[in-house]
Amino acid sequence: MSETKKYKKVAYYPGCALEGTAHAYNRSTKALGKELGLELDEVDNWNCCGAMEVKNIDPKIQTYLSSRVMSIAANDMGHDVVMAPCNGCYHNLKKAEYDLSHDEKSKQVVEKLSAKAGHETYKAGQIETIHALDWIKDAIGEEGLKERVKKSLSGMKIANYYGCMYTRPRHIFPEKDQGPGSESTTQPHFMDDLLEAAGAENVDFPLKTACCGGAHTLSDSDTSTKLVLNIIEAAEASGAEVIATECPTCHSGLEMHQIRAEKVLGRKTNVKIVYFTQLLGLAMGLSPRKVGIQENISDSIGLLKEKGLT
Amino acid sequence: MPIHEKNLIRPENISTHDNLVMDGVDVSGDWSTFIKTRVVADYNEELQDEIAALPGGEYIHRCWQCGSCTNSCTINAINPDFNPRYWIYLIRMGFESELVRDKDLIWQCVSCNKCTSACPRDVVPEAVMKATAHWLERKGYTKKSSSTVFDEVFSEQVIERGKIEDGEVVMSFFNRTGQKLTQPWLIEMVKRMIKGLPVQMLTMMGLATVFKPKTRNWGPARDAINDYIEEQEALLDEKLGPSVPYKAPEPAPTQIPAE
Ligand code: SF4
Ligand code: SF4
Ligand code: SF4
Ligand code: SF4
Repeated sequence: MSETKKYKKVAYYPGCALEGTAHAYNRSTKALGKELGLELDEVDNWNCCGAMEVKNIDPKIQTYLSSRVMSIAANDMGHDVVMAPCNGCYHNLKKAEYDLSHDEKSKQVVEKLSAKAGHETYKAGQIETIHALDWIKDAIGEEGLKERVKKSLSGMKIANYYGCMYTRPRHIFPEKDQGPGSESTTQPHFMDDLLEAAGAENVDFPLKTACCGGAHTLSDSDTSTKLVLNIIEAAEASGAEVIATECPTCHSGLEMHQIRAEKVLGRKTNVKIVYFTQLLGLAMGLSPRKVGIQENISDSIGLLKEKGLT
Repeated sequence: MPIHEKNLIRPENISTHDNLVMDGVDVSGDWSTFIKTRVVADYNEELQDEIAALPGGEYIHRCWQCGSCTNSCTINAINPDFNPRYWIYLIRMGFESELVRDKDLIWQCVSCNKCTSACPRDVVPEAVMKATAHWLERKGYTKKSSSTVFDEVFSEQVIERGKIEDGEVVMSFFNRTGQKLTQPWLIEMVKRMIKGLPVQMLTMMGLATVFKPKTRNWGPARDAINDYIEEQEALLDEKLGPSVPYKAPEPAPTQIPAE
């Protein structure tokens, strides 16, 4: 079977959301990795990266939090790649990497805090941060997936939703927008590529990188509901039956405000919200239970039965 | 004298006449050209430096007013009064009183970073919005926004234990902002969430609220972060003066009807 040598064994940074509300994403990521023969080595005693919140207190604390995670993975565990399935974690680690190589002050703060906290200081360039999408894309690739498909996703119409933090701001993702083969920050396609390889039909969805208002999902719920409803209705208008997600925050934001839109605004929508790792897992022949379909709030089991994926 | 944009034409400056006939012509209605004259004398020349002293505001001086931030902005698309370029302009001009008019809008930035990606000058407008929102709170112009309360609840947990437990963050947030947990949509969501979950997972979630997730040996990191926050606070006090607590405005005196 075709495969590359890349990313066979990587450090795994699940983040808090995957241990809480997004348990299904954690479960399906691990199950998929196992099925594909990829090894995930969880970062020892990790800490939260600070999500979207700590940076609002002070961005340098966020840089420190992310640097500690990278320091453990690189210095204590000897990894040179860390994979984060959460857009927030992925973004923050990338941002820390950028700041530590471009901003002297951030570097000083991280050095000082690391020394006080009693661990080795992370230095820019020690580790490469990748998203779960990069992981599957580079370790297995489309050809590799095609060869392994047991239950094709054929006939399933999918809108791929990437959210904000996977592509913005573009300067923290120097490897993107590098021409053919690389990811695009304006028209991302890695998830589209993978799901298509598993047989799905990707619809032409214009809001791939629209914002769901996740930062204010509770503090300004009406705005979030408006933004989510716009995304969901656009997906339905594009003919999608499923919105595929690659981030726990985007995923739970869509699920939560889909319900809120129904209850508060009386706008009911039917599109199902499913993690891309769950969809790929199903295509590889894993059972819905194995990939945690029942843990999603958005109930997709009927649709999956209809498509012969159960 | 700098040129000010748009800030003189607004409802309270417009003359309205229900019944005005001039030289036999009925000119009743709204006349924005009859606006009251106004002298601006309240520039705060420190304003840009004050914003720049707050975390995230560092690069505001680079802005060349191209408008790409506003043009790409998520919130501007649903509320045209949300205008990052304009606020940056006001700050750079020192036009404090004008900025304060929008005090209840600025915190609504959702950090989508469309502006930061679009900005040709690396201003990081997203972070400038946060700095400005904090400045308004610090100066006592607004009470803490629900967004700031959320950030605090969240950050306190991270700093305290190294990890968060999402259920606890939500509960503390609702608590501190005085919101009810019995809103129908929330109940519906929890119902649908519980439906599919295995018992073992529910117990795990229940236990997480009792045995809170934490990073081992986090103490030294916590102390280091707290020391850093204290140092930064002291620096800010020096530059901006101590925080002014927000006082709700007195109820407006009953207006004497015009004419
Ligand atoms: S972004 Fe979210 S999931 Fe990732 S560590 Fe931070 S809080 Fe936890
Ligand atoms: S789409 Fe929503 S949850 Fe996802 S990164 Fe953007 S704001 Fe956050
Ligand atoms: S995009 Fe940047 S330079 Fe242009 S107006 Fe906004 S902040 Fe200023
Ligand atoms: S980060 Fe804030 S200001 Fe910038 S585009 Fe998004 S909502 Fe607008």
